[in-house]
Amino acid sequence: MDSNQLVLLLILFSPLIAGVLVLLIGQLGDGAAKWSALIFSLVPLALTIYLWVAYQGAPADPNGFKFVFSVPWLPQMSSSFTIGIDGISLAMILLTAILTPLGILISFRITDRLPLFMALLLGLTTGMFGVFMALDLVIFFIFWEIGLVPMYFLINQWGSANRQYASLKFFIYTMAGSIGLLLSIQFIWSALGTYSIPQIAGQWSTYAGPGVLGLPIETVKNITFWLFVIAFAIKVPVWPFHTWLPDAHTEAPTAGSMILAGVLLKLGAFGFLRLVLPFFPQQSAQFAVILALLALAGIIFTALAAFGQNDFKRLVAYSSVNHMGFVVLGIATAAAARGNAAYQQSAIIATNGAVLQMFAHGLSAAAMFALVGVVYERAHTRDLNQLGGLWKVMPIYGGILVFSAMANLGLPGLAGFPAEFQVVSGSWPVFTLTTALSMMGLLLTGAYILKAIQKVLHGPVNRELLHHAEMPDINRREIIALAPLLVLMLAVGVYPMWLMTVINDGVVNLLRIAGG
Amino acid sequence: MDQQTLVYFVWAIPLLPLLAFFAIMLFARGRDRLSHTIAIGAMVISLVLAQIVFWNAVAQGGAHEVAQPAAAEGEHAAAEGEHGSAAFIHDSHDWLPQGAPENALKMGVLVDPLTAAMLFMVPIACLMIIFYSVGYSNFNKKPDAHDQPGFPPHKGREPMYSRFFAFLSLFAGAMLTLVVADNLLLLFIGWEIMGLCSYLLIGFWYARTYPDPNKITPRGAAVKAFMTTRVADVFMLLGIAFLYSATGTLSFTEIFTQQTTSQLAAVLFLGFPAAQVIYLLLFIGTIGKSAQFPLHTWLPDAMEGPTPVSAMIHAAAMVSAGVYMIIRMFPLLAGTAPHGELITFTPMIVIGTFTALFAATIAFTQRDVKKVLAYSTISQLGFMVSALGMGAWVAALFHLITHAFFKALLFMGSGSIIHGVEHGLHAAGHGAVAHSAHGPDDHAAAAAHVETEHAEEAHAGHGHDDADPQEPELDPQDMFNMGGLRKKMPVTFWTFLIGGLSLAGFPLFFAGFWSKDEILGHAYHYPQFQLVFWVLVFTAFLTAFYTMRQIALTFWGKPRTEAAEHAHESHWTMLLPLIILAVFAIIAGVVGIKSDVPVAGLIVYGPFAQPGSTFEHLVEPTIANVIELEKLPFVLSPMAIAIAGSLLGLFLGWLVYGRKPLAVGQPDPLEAPLGGLYVLFKNKYFIDEIYNFVFVQPVKRFAAWMGDVFDRKGIDGVLHGIAHGALRLSHAFRSFDTKVVNGGADGLAASIKSAGHWLRDIQTGRVQNYLLLALVSVVLLIALYITLFS
Repeated sequence: MDSNQLVLLLILFSPLIAGVLVLLIGQLGDGAAKWSALIFSLVPLALTIYLWVAYQGAPADPNGFKFVFSVPWLPQMSSSFTIGIDGISLAMILLTAILTPLGILISFRITDRLPLFMALLLGLTTGMFGVFMALDLVIFFIFWEIGLVPMYFLINQWGSANRQYASLKFFIYTMAGSIGLLLSIQFIWSALGTYSIPQIAGQWSTYAGPGVLGLPIETVKNITFWLFVIAFAIKVPVWPFHTWLPDAHTEAPTAGSMILAGVLLKLGAFGFLRLVLPFFPQQSAQFAVILALLALAGIIFTALAAFGQNDFKRLVAYSSVNHMGFVVLGIATAAAARGNAAYQQSAIIATNGAVLQMFAHGLSAAAMFALVGVVYERAHTRDLNQLGGLWKVMPIYGGILVFSAMANLGLPGLAGFPAEFQVVSGSWPVFTLTTALSMMGLLLTGAYILKAIQKVLHGPVNRELLHHAEMPDINRREIIALAPLLVLMLAVGVYPMWLMTVINDGVVNLLRIAGG
Repeated sequence: MDQQTLVYFVWAIPLLPLLAFFAIMLFARGRDRLSHTIAIGAMVISLVLAQIVFWNAVAQGGAHEVAQPAAAEGEHAAAEGEHGSAAFIHDSHDWLPQGAPENALKMGVLVDPLTAAMLFMVPIACLMIIFYSVGYSNFNKKPDAHDQPGFPPHKGREPMYSRFFAFLSLFAGAMLTLVVADNLLLLFIGWEIMGLCSYLLIGFWYARTYPDPNKITPRGAAVKAFMTTRVADVFMLLGIAFLYSATGTLSFTEIFTQQTTSQLAAVLFLGFPAAQVIYLLLFIGTIGKSAQFPLHTWLPDAMEGPTPVSAMIHAAAMVSAGVYMIIRMFPLLAGTAPHGELITFTPMIVIGTFTALFAATIAFTQRDVKKVLAYSTISQLGFMVSALGMGAWVAALFHLITHAFFKALLFMGSGSIIHGVEHGLHAAGHGAVAHSAHGPDDHAAAAAHVETEHAEEAHAGHGHDDADPQEPELDPQDMFNMGGLRKKMPVTFWTFLIGGLSLAGFPLFFAGFWSKDEILGHAYHYPQFQLVFWVLVFTAFLTAFYTMRQIALTFWGKPRTEAAEHAHESHWTMLLPLIILAVFAIIAGVVGIKSDVPVAGLIVYGPFAQPGSTFEHLVEPTIANVIELEKLPFVLSPMAIAIAGSLLGLFLGWLVYGRKPLAVGQPDPLEAPLGGLYVLFKNKYFIDEIYNFVFVQPVKRFAAWMGDVFDRKGIDGVLHGIAHGALRLSHAFRSFDTKVVNGGADGLAASIKSAGHWLRDIQTGRVQNYLLLALVSVVLLIALYITLFS
């Protein structure tokens, strides 16, 4: 094991260990617990930055993965504990590592069982890291499920009024997808006798051996394809599997929403990229158009739904589905290109855009949820009609909200724009009409973002609100929790090269594997 | 100056104002003097650098035709030399990797003659606007406790002074980014940031609300501007995406080559050359940005912003950007006509010409001094669009530049007028009524609940404080409340007159005349444009008419209100920019005079000049490698017709409004004779109402339905149905368990138990009973044995 592999392992497990430690330190008091949680959460961030630097020159294995670490784990089942990263997962790991300390920092005001809250947040992080690193299906599945449980409790225990319904819906819906995922994994193992993701990617599409359970192999491939797709589509979420999201996001505590929108949704998209495209090139190409149409429906319908909301947080939640629609459109383009060499360059552009959109949306959605939380903490309402005129009362907050909202809207110069531009450019030659229609969603994005700004910041001050709520401006802790996001939005928007070099590397490798 | 230094200069031109924005926002909040010092300082340096670059470009432009200056510039420029581009500064770097390293999308700056021309105009106009804002925001006064953030200041300095200068700097930086961009994507970035700036600045007084619920608020106007232009921008983004996927590049120098343009013209998309489809998509972006019909409606409402913003939007930046972009992209069409033939683009001729006329008809019925100018802007932009559509590339660009100067002048002049009248208003004792007893927060007039449709009941009477309490009853922008300002505000009057005459195309001495004449001359030359020519001439006539109407209503006669009576001249910081711009509104025309114009040409160029104008010689090489522009000989008749139209318009305007100035309360003299037509013009053809009814309201209703009904009742209904089904199924299992499974097991247990009970009865504990049982058993067993085995 070389040092880089050790770093990778440390990133993966340090949050889990930290979670346990925070629970113990929590005996000393909440203050100790939250500060230790914050400091511990900076460890994976520092290590990720180290890994980022080490990544550029590091050698890749024949499958294009770097820092691959493997130990036998369940030899009876031929499963091994294998982790490794490529450019796509590295970008996602960086995003996760950035958002975790910020989520912890924004939750400092929590008074109810704070050590447990922090421990669950940290435990969740290990689950997300694990999914991004896993190169073995069993490991992938285990981490996939690990992420689910802490989030359930975060919503269920620390959420707002309707948390019981929301957490149950979130849990059962995701579990429904997971069962299919587990079944498919077993099908593939029964046929190929391996859980190794790179091996399956190399063999599964061309495998023509005997079927499983008496089913012909083509049928097995189709079943496993659809089960994978549904599992990930629920997580992304792809329209019309999205209705768990507005409930879960709206009811979750602020940090929960930040992580949920920032990272958890990306697990679904990541599943498409890591598993669906490489395992099922033919099916992907065949059904790409369906995925593209669902992406379009998601982009337009959820943008409309966001525009129709009067709950600030629900509006932002819907905007997440709307933005993930562009990720799905990019993935659909990559999928369509599996069958057509002429689309190769378009696929690279669109997939680059999709991954960058995952990153950019992680930044802007987390910032938006944090900002909703700031106002909610003071006003105790999320009803847009109860707010208004806050720019005068909270001028710094107003500036930050406008900035983040513009990043969310995809304003050029900020992170969302290069992502959306690439998705649109890549998808145009492949799905011309769909891409053109999806622009209507971009228009509506403007409508709901401006509606939110107008209802929260503009207009005369709502004096009724000021009667029963003190509205001090955003405080230093909250600014510190938001500042890294704002800086990154600008850094990615102005000069995306630093991030895209890594992502492009992963995407080229992915499409090479997936394209055969 | 060596080339590398110039490259740094070009990067610095947009960067300085952009950095000024961040510097003010982060470090100068609430420090007013520091804020405007940063903003003006950055702009001054930017202007100086732009001038250096411009004059270098002019100097090198002459040498350009002899030898490509490429050698001095390293490899980038060397590559362009092969394409024959006229770029003399070009520097670009990888920005987005797309697969293989050579496919990376690059970002950079480019200075070719077109950019150079813009670099002359934009920084001057921007600096004037920012400088003017010092006086406009009442820097000479102390902050007043009654002035609240979000409302226009009435007595003291603008409460959001720093923010205003930050936003103006960002606006200027974005425009300059757009101008120096070497590719369409960077241009689009500047384009959209300007959209944001216009949104922020139109809605600068974000809390302002009027007693009249039908009057659009600044925040409403801001949203309208952003959304309307965004409609257009999504088409433009599609055009960019199309271009990028078709050519693999967005760099101007790489696209505008013989080879690429003819390829784009050869590829068909839905039966049209791809080049035309892309150009049309891009042009839709211009329709939004430059407020052409049918997306013009945001621009007049944008007048809700502070007046320097109007000048920024209407002259220096926003709307000019729209026209600049299609001028920049015009060579895209090079392959659509055989080489050497005139390149035209019909959609642009139609929309431009129609918009020019359409907006002019609205302009001459408006009462608001800024709205007249707003519609005149739309109309003049129509001239440019139409000119470009007819292939008059140089004329369109020339009109863009002269218009920027005189329209910035006119807007700032109108700002000075309004400022003067507002002061008169306060001096006359109006408007001071409202804020003596109440702070702005104490007001709860339930009048204007337009914004909070759904919450009306909840808030009526006590919620939001609505009307701006400091709103004076008398509209200081209504020209019918003015009159006689000539003597009160002489500097404003004279500079405004110069701007007005330039706009009206008053012959010979004003820039607007020469640039408009270029366009008319071009249209006259080609028989297929006869109709366009006459429409534009008629529009020019209307322009002269409403300009004279405006000048007469504002400056002539006697003051019609006390406010006008007490108006006084503005602060020198506002007047100095007016004077400087007035100079440009005159002299900018000189460079566009063609050498074969009788007398004027001789005066400017002397007897042995080459055909064409200085301006033409400067900018033409920009596109010369793909498009050969025809040099038209001078013809007297279009110029004579234009002069006649202009003078007739001015004369009639004077006849109606100037000769016998309006009395107090007198309606517009044209109202009665024009009748229904006047109502139609005055209400802007009811287009706002139509859009609201056809687009805005249905989308709002559909959106509410989508979130609340479709998702919550439809999709969630299915989910809940499944959940209930599962629940019912599990209830069924449960009752199976309780009745059958449990019931069976329980039954067995019970029968064993009852058997036990029964058996217990025979366990009596008496020996004789057991012996009797044993005897009976033995007898029975023997009987059984005999029965079975005998």
